[in-house]
Amino acid sequence: MKKLQILGTGCAKCNALTEATKKAADEIGLEYEIAKVTEIRDIMSFGVMTTPALVVDGTVKITGKVPGHAELKALLSAAN
Amino acid sequence: MKPAQTTGQAVCCGAKPGTRPVSRAENRRFGLFRAVALCLVGGALWWLAYSRLAVFAGWLTYSVLPLDRGSHLGSSIEFFVYESPKVLMLLVLVVFGVGIVRSFFTPERTRRILSGKHESAGNVLAALLGIVTPFCSCSAVPLFIGFVTAGIPLGVTFSFLIAAPMVNEVALVLLFGMFGWKVAGLYLGTGLLIAIVAGWVIGRLRMEKHVEDWVFETKSGGADAGDPPDWPARIRLGRDAVKEIVGQVWLYVLIGIAVGAGIHGFVPENFMASIMGKGAWWSVPLAVLLGVPMYANAAGIIPVVQALLGKGAALGTVLAFMMSVIALSLPEAIILRKVLKPRLIAVFFGTVALSIMLVGYLFNFLM
Repeated sequence: MKKLQILGTGCAKCNALTEATKKAADEIGLEYEIAKVTEIRDIMSFGVMTTPALVVDGTVKITGKVPGHAELKALLSAAN
Repeated sequence: MKPAQTTGQAVCCGAKPGTRPVSRAENRRFGLFRAVALCLVGGALWWLAYSRLAVFAGWLTYSVLPLDRGSHLGSSIEFFVYESPKVLMLLVLVVFGVGIVRSFFTPERTRRILSGKHESAGNVLAALLGIVTPFCSCSAVPLFIGFVTAGIPLGVTFSFLIAAPMVNEVALVLLFGMFGWKVAGLYLGTGLLIAIVAGWVIGRLRMEKHVEDWVFETKSGGADAGDPPDWPARIRLGRDAVKEIVGQVWLYVLIGIAVGAGIHGFVPENFMASIMGKGAWWSVPLAVLLGVPMYANAAGIIPVVQALLGKGAALGTVLAFMMSVIALSLPEAIILRKVLKPRLIAVFFGTVALSIMLVGYLFNFLM
């Protein structure tokens, strides 16, 4: 079970990243739970300065962008 | 095995055990070759089209459409048909270039460069980095916290936060496209100067206690996601930047140019001279006062500005209006309220607005 977290204060890109991550994770058959982190103090505790960001099991994998589908899939399978 | 050696650097990070490194390297090299070829062909086509725009606009307006040279509607339409493709083409070119440049400057890297820098030199460096570091106003708060908790002085952080939105590639492209390199250069120079001076002043005022207390208690780790991209990836980042930024602003550009076209064709010459001309001393503060709460991006405001200038408005007044619209806005103040106490927000807005006014007066006197 992978713990995926999307960091972002609720901008359009954060929602886009959430959807893209779900889609990629479903496609590679990842078992996961996904949560949004919207409180700015919690976001900062991960040390990111640009949102949206993707965190997999506590490690920051992506900051400041919504990556392409292929890149996300590669990233998630590598983490699996 | 030669290809694997020449592009070995690019492969080592991405290759997984089991994949054949040679074919990956060949793929990448082919990808780079194709990207460079596409850029060259695209650039040539771009130039060919760009250099024919004026002729095309004249032909479309006066030969295809039944309009007379010198008529109000005719000059409005010619303006629109000429300016819209010109500005959009310049935008695509520069946003692509800037997208590639920005792939070298992540916010994390900028923070590393700035931490340990003192005021003065730090202010200058922060303002310069503000141009090339990717920045969106929705990231202003995390960026602010990240900078301040890394020990970057408050004034230096503000220099960055002022320069990043104000001196941006969209503004520079539009200014260059519509007024030429002199005005674009003036905007760049004075924008940087304002960021440096206002940041320095805020630093001198020792406003640290007007930052919300929890900000300094936040621990921010040094997350640095991923390896630096290789060249095909940088070109892809440039392409993504074009898709994203041009996708966001094209409509505003067209609306702005349409308003500009209306003013260009229908408002009489020198109509603006009495309201926004040099003679009216109160026009500069009024322009800034109107501009500060307004929220619009450079793309929408500059075509309007061009039309105003053409009708006799003074450059300093117009520049002050534009800078205050782009650099400061009410939504930004609301976002920053999360981390700054009201007095610091007031000082921030006050210092920047005052600097912009001075620049406005300066230009009205000089030009």
